[in-house]
Amino acid sequence: MAKVVDARGLSCPQPVILARQAMEEGQFPIEVLVDTVTSRENVRRAAERAGLKVQVEAVGDEFKLTLTR
Amino acid sequence: MSERLTRFFASRWGILLAGAVIGLLAPLLQKAGNPTNMGICVACFERDIAGALGLHRVATVQYIRPEIIAFVLGSLIAALLFREFKPRAGSAPIIRFFLGMFAMVGALTFLGCPWRALLRLAGGDLNGLVGTAGLVAGIALGVVFLKRGYSMGRSRPAPAPVGWMTPAIMLGLLLLLLFRPQFTKDGPIFFSVEGPGSKHAPLLISLAAGLVIGFLAQRTRFCTMGALRDVILMRDTHLLSGAGALFVVALVTNLALGQFKLGFAAQPIAHSNHLWNFLGMALAGLAFLLAGGCPGRQLFLSGEGDGDAGIFVLGMIFGAGFAHNWALTGVPDKLAEGVLTVGGPGPYGQAAVLIGLAFCIVLGFTMRERAR
Repeated sequence: MAKVVDARGLSCPQPVILARQAMEEGQFPIEVLVDTVTSRENVRRAAERAGLKVQVEAVGDEFKLTLTR
Repeated sequence: MSERLTRFFASRWGILLAGAVIGLLAPLLQKAGNPTNMGICVACFERDIAGALGLHRVATVQYIRPEIIAFVLGSLIAALLFREFKPRAGSAPIIRFFLGMFAMVGALTFLGCPWRALLRLAGGDLNGLVGTAGLVAGIALGVVFLKRGYSMGRSRPAPAPVGWMTPAIMLGLLLLLLFRPQFTKDGPIFFSVEGPGSKHAPLLISLAAGLVIGFLAQRTRFCTMGALRDVILMRDTHLLSGAGALFVVALVTNLALGQFKLGFAAQPIAHSNHLWNFLGMALAGLAFLLAGGCPGRQLFLSGEGDGDAGIFVLGMIFGAGFAHNWALTGVPDKLAEGVLTVGGPGPYGQAAVLIGLAFCIVLGFTMRERAR
């Protein structure tokens, strides 16, 4: 079961903080839900910096990022 | 194509480009007429708008600054072109309004926003170092709150007018600037005839520069507060490289244009009261962090439909009105017949900074996301 981080509607940098907390817990895959392109790019950058694979999927006008090792 | 451009703007090169363009255009705007070491200053320019509207009556700082208008509209254009315009609001608006007010009190104690702190430094004004140190301190304190779970709560998707409100306000300001109505005898709209408010680049140049910056900053998410926050919070230098590019390019441009004068004392529209330069910017930095962006970033966010950022902008403009009406702002150094009088805020201004810091610290401890 994927761990889900719902970061929709949160101000910068909380989506990244929540995603990083989930990464540190180490239960993969992680699904991060965001609602702006800014948050999508920020979470993507943080995950790639941590050496994770990132898959992005548009859900309506929101985004789901799936982070895997 | 659009996706490839988006990835470029999100890259290191994108943020470097945005910082470099701001660093180049600001000294050029100064050359074209804007005040010294104030080619661009979001806080000062919003203060000038407050004065033009009659929210304060300090005759030397009243002008409807086209750059502010164009920052929002440039961001709006970028957001519409790249399908990122998204009306949203509802994340603690009244708190954001007061954060904007106190951020302005802090910025006007120092006499500048984070952009101007860098631009002042790039013009040789070493007080910019003290201000930046204060900014770092305020942001570092805010990072502690972020790590403890500080949150303003979530915004929600909102009906279209919520997103269009701030761009509409900016269009209204543009009309007031173009038609210059005078609503009562000796009343607003005011335009300074002397002092910093009277110094401005030609309208079309200001508008064009502002549109370019608004566009680039929306695409790259340029943010001076975020630059320092991301380094302190997670050793991420992405945004910092943008702020660095701004500083380096502004420094080189100032040297090339002969706009560089090194020192602490009697710098243009500045004071060398170190304690209050530091504390003023510490307050501003903390307030920007709690609200999620520097004053420039709040303008760009409001251009892409963020109604909460628009509330913060209005808070800054109203805060500027109060700050000048109540004489809370820093007074510049005076140099008369070789005698230097060090400026800074008066007792009420000092109290306002301390109250603002207390307000922000209470928020830092108490604002948490509530479970549904």
